[in-house]
Amino acid sequence: MTLEGFLLLAAALFAIGLYGALSQQSIVMLMMGLELMINGLIVAGGAFWYFVAPQTADGQVLVLVAVTVMALEMAMGFAVTTAIFRARDVDTTDGAEDLKG
Amino acid sequence: MAFWILAVLAVASGIAVFVVDSMARATFALLASLIAVGATFLLIDLHYLGALIILMMIMEMLVMAVFMIMFMMNPAGLMPMSMLHNKTGAAVISAAVFALLVAGIFLTDWPDRKGAPPPDPTEALGMSIMGPKMLVMMVIGVAILATMISTVVLATRRGRYDA
Repeated sequence: MTLEGFLLLAAALFAIGLYGALSQQSIVMLMMGLELMINGLIVAGGAFWYFVAPQTADGQVLVLVAVTVMALEMAMGFAVTTAIFRARDVDTTDGAEDLKG
Repeated sequence: MAFWILAVLAVASGIAVFVVDSMARATFALLASLIAVGATFLLIDLHYLGALIILMMIMEMLVMAVFMIMFMMNPAGLMPMSMLHNKTGAAVISAAVFALLVAGIFLTDWPDRKGAPPPDPTEALGMSIMGPKMLVMMVIGVAILATMISTVVLATRRGRYDA
């Protein structure tokens, strides 16, 4: 159990999440990718607290923020998905590429 | 040893999220990954945060499962279909990011540990967010309120001023 081990886990989760966020067509599956990426950040935050600066609670506060962000991201994501599905019957990212350059 | 088992479990179920056919199954694979991560926190004295992650993610993923089934493109995996776009591009980018992060992890000279964990990390966290880090807690509270309002506004069929 080392800092490197934890960071390796964090990097792996982040990379898998990034793959999902980039490759999934379904908007809700894209959000699963984002959740996995934040999952990686949580691991890294906890590891830095334990292995680098356990005396102050800063790392723990960071994890708390990341967990909250995860829940808020999911809530907002589903609201947006519901709104765009209702307005335009779109449930894939390819159907909502109006801003594509 | 326990850490590596949990780490492999977390990564394997993370991969499973994008491999399984059904989006409902993907939700539970993500839940398994999140629970494994919560369990690793129990190994590094973060009992409160570990339990918080596990309990919160169980609820979150159960809510997510409902939405997943609502928006499912491929019900129960009965119709094999690809739900991917730009597969190679995504794989290349994420592999490159992973390689970059791993290089950073092993090449960085991480600082030595300063001090030891307090006897009760949960108390330290509580004292911190009710003391010097209270601003963080207040911002989180306002963000949650803003999210609640905006999700309701976005999800309702009609706004207040529609006929």
